[in-house]
Amino acid sequence: MFGKLSWAAVPIDQPIPLITGAVVLVAILAILAWVVISGHLPYLWREWITSVDHKRIGIMYTLLAVVMLLRGFADAIMMRAQQAIAYHSPGYLPPEHFNQIFSAHGTIMIFFVAMPFVIGLMNLVVPLQLGVRDVAFPTLNSVGFWLTATGALLVNMSLVVGEFARTGWLPYPPLSELTYSPGVGVDYYTWSLEISGVGTLVAGINLVTTVLKLRTRGMTYLRMPMFCWTTLASNLLIVAAFPILTATLAMLILDRYFGFHFFTNEAGGNVMMFMNLIWAWGHPEVYILILPAFGIFSEVVSTFSGKPLFGYRSMVLATMAICIISFMVWLHHFFTMGAGPNVNAIFGIASMIIAVPTGVKIYNWLFTMYGGRIRFTTPMLWSIGFMVTFIIGGLTGVLVAVPPADFLLHNSLFLVAHFHNVIIGGVLFGAFAGYTYWFPKAFGFRLHEGLGKAAFWFWLVGFYVAFMPLYAAGFLGMTRRMQHYDVAEWRPWLIAAAFGAVLILIGIVFQIMQLVVSIRDRAELRDTTGDPWDGRSLEWATASPPPVFNFAVTPDVSGEDAYWAMKLRARQQGIVISEPDYRDIEMPRNSPTGFVCAFFATIMGFALIWHIWWMVAAGGVGAFATFVAFAWRDHDEYVIPAAEVARIDHANLEERRAALGLAGST
Amino acid sequence: MSNQVQEMHDHHDVAPGDEDEVRVGPRLLGYAAGLGLAILLTAMSFFIAGTDLVWQPSIPVAIVVLAIAQMGVHLVFFLHLTTGADNTNNILALGFGLLIVFLVIGGSLWIMANLNHNMMPMDQLMQMQR
Amino acid sequence: MTDTTLAFTHGGPHQLADIGIVHDGPAPKRIVTGYGFWIFLLSDIVMFSCFFASYAVLVGQTAGGPHGSQLFDLRSVAVETGCLLLSSFTCGLASIAADVRNERGFQVAMAVTCILGLAFLALEGREFAGLVAQGAGPTRSAFLSSFFALVGCHGMHVSAGILWLLTMMAQVFAKGFRADILRRLLCFALFWHALDIIWVAVFSVVYLLGSAV
Repeated sequence: MFGKLSWAAVPIDQPIPLITGAVVLVAILAILAWVVISGHLPYLWREWITSVDHKRIGIMYTLLAVVMLLRGFADAIMMRAQQAIAYHSPGYLPPEHFNQIFSAHGTIMIFFVAMPFVIGLMNLVVPLQLGVRDVAFPTLNSVGFWLTATGALLVNMSLVVGEFARTGWLPYPPLSELTYSPGVGVDYYTWSLEISGVGTLVAGINLVTTVLKLRTRGMTYLRMPMFCWTTLASNLLIVAAFPILTATLAMLILDRYFGFHFFTNEAGGNVMMFMNLIWAWGHPEVYILILPAFGIFSEVVSTFSGKPLFGYRSMVLATMAICIISFMVWLHHFFTMGAGPNVNAIFGIASMIIAVPTGVKIYNWLFTMYGGRIRFTTPMLWSIGFMVTFIIGGLTGVLVAVPPADFLLHNSLFLVAHFHNVIIGGVLFGAFAGYTYWFPKAFGFRLHEGLGKAAFWFWLVGFYVAFMPLYAAGFLGMTRRMQHYDVAEWRPWLIAAAFGAVLILIGIVFQIMQLVVSIRDRAELRDTTGDPWDGRSLEWATASPPPVFNFAVTPDVSGEDAYWAMKLRARQQGIVISEPDYRDIEMPRNSPTGFVCAFFATIMGFALIWHIWWMVAAGGVGAFATFVAFAWRDHDEYVIPAAEVARIDHANLEERRAALGLAGST
Repeated sequence: MSNQVQEMHDHHDVAPGDEDEVRVGPRLLGYAAGLGLAILLTAMSFFIAGTDLVWQPSIPVAIVVLAIAQMGVHLVFFLHLTTGADNTNNILALGFGLLIVFLVIGGSLWIMANLNHNMMPMDQLMQMQR
Repeated sequence: MTDTTLAFTHGGPHQLADIGIVHDGPAPKRIVTGYGFWIFLLSDIVMFSCFFASYAVLVGQTAGGPHGSQLFDLRSVAVETGCLLLSSFTCGLASIAADVRNERGFQVAMAVTCILGLAFLALEGREFAGLVAQGAGPTRSAFLSSFFALVGCHGMHVSAGILWLLTMMAQVFAKGFRADILRRLLCFALFWHALDIIWVAVFSVVYLLGSAV
């Protein structure tokens, strides 16, 4: 009746997941109860859960990322603690538990922190920067977000019902095959990612189409903000790479569920094929993560240097070069698997070549700063911290790109330090910069600057203290994912690393404090002009937060840094503007499609994991019915009358004028 | 539908799958021509696969070439892809997709061939376990 | 939905039109929808390419079991190919009928497309059942696993396409040729033609090359 599911799936004999699960469950129930009792549910349903507004969806993506960051970081602290203790000692985490923790840590951080964070920021900002009202497919956008949330939910459910994979964040066979992983752990992993992979693909299609087909008048490709170019490149990679993940995990699922022999040890299966395919996805994936971060830095550095981005065209070329070359280097993740010197050499050289366009970008950012009037705000601090940190991480990357060196360093802590160096120093710092930079646009008030700076410094110092020792330990021969060890030389480095993790924890505490204090003091921190940073691109031309239609009248663009040009003209020409030509605006209606779809996807995912076949069928029927119901809508848009548009716009302009103390500027 | 749109937005592209032609006659002819060509090429494919009349080593190449030709027929006659300026985005996207396909398939074949050549076959490896 | 709201300030020449640099603003909905679906199709083709790659790598791994040349019935494959190709043609007829708002012609063409698609699936299902019955199912060897996965994946796409086809027939019957329904028909036609393109690759690489060994 319930497949493999039974009460034995609840880990009553394991204190850590049991207590954690209980606490989280109580917290969730408490929050839900508060929401319902205080009457906020209709508001939440109407304004957020069923929203198809890219700004709301972007915020929800970011919220998911930040919450999952806490879960992933908890896993990290547990691992650092274990490794600091477990010298000639079993530590406090038994191996089967430790293995689940490092697997969950990686899976959550990549798929449910980094991806949602960058996708959320792209969703929030890109339509505003392009001067349009929404992304190409708003309802599909909602579907994408909710499917990603489904994946996150399933992974987290594995903590309290069943177990998670013990195979690492990429489930290499034969360990991940049914013979050696008979439990549900790998199934939680595969189904969670298959479902959220659909969500990511949908986001990719949406953003590619938005950038290529929806730009305001006059915004040719070479007048787009740099963040839109990196969005294009990153989402082209999503569209190209995520199908590979889908296919490869599907093959693993076929092996585990139907006895196929893609990656088995017997009947001709080829284990190495899995590594080949999964890294053909895996390498573009890291570029999917870093390219938006590069875009964020382009925006932040040019804004806070008060100068246009240096070398715009070379940046575009470098971005598209990275996009293409990122599909030609994937073998460097398995140099040691035995493809031989010829293959290794080609991919090693390609991996070094891809460092060149990144170098071009770094120089362009430096030249943007040179001669500018730099304001050391929190986003700018994150950017400068990124430049130093990412260069170090990139250099170690070029080192491991040399096959003979990689034969020594592969799967050592050196490698672990390298990829955390580039992901934290690159992706996460970029995400934090973007979060701080665009927070006022999203919510209408700024984040507390002092707490932001404190958070930055603890993160920066904490990162170095946590990860530089791992380079040393890697050189001393320590492999990754060790639950205990007996080598005395490694111990001091691991203890230092644990201390670094505590520093990062303090940084995170400061970030939480910053959010709480900023919400509490939002009146003083209010952004009344919509342009708190004296920005250069079109998102700053709107109110904070923008009205649902973004622009009352979509702007005409005649050059790069569109909004800067508008401000310059407004200042030079003084007062101005004839009453804008307000028209009725059609906006897409909210829809529960995304949420309902994800609901059925969760049911299907859970049922597939536990082999409850009737529930799979029910979920599938439900999902199909949702599609048909959505397709049967007669009214998918609603009209905002021109008078209403005018009223909202006038109110926003009034506020902006009052704040600027000027009579009639944009 | 497409005519009115194009008068307003001369610089706009054509949706993939749409064609400029609005008259039914030529459109029907286009599909019929595509069908005819495709049938011809398919028949040739099946014939070559089973015949002794051709130099045997050339058969795989011929089948691949005919397959590409058939795909081309579909793209041109059924999907109305052209080299016109209004189709540029569609062709570029297709080109990008094809590049990825070649990289994935070609790269995988090259890598796996090298791996299989250098590494012990799995059944031999499993026997060593016993 | 018209595109006037997105391009309303279309009056008056742009100063940049003289230099030839013009961007009129967001594209009309039909183009946006069609292009988005085009991008989805390309992602689907990349997914198929992984199954093709696996097939190519594993084609020789028969684990002592049967090879393709011993299993494939080329006549059945030829009929399947004919069905799918013809169904692409009738789908094109349905597209034309929709564009000239000929509802009866549209429904007939779609019905024929559906029948041809079902015929394809029936033949394929019969082939699969036969293979399993003679002990050449997907669990027999890596070659057979990759064969069933690749051809089966295509078959599942055709099945999904049939479901979509029937839904579109129902929608046109219930609501006529509304603009959003026409956009969906455009997407459906793209999907159906793409499936035939993938089938060309499947029958060439799997069946024809597999038999020519």
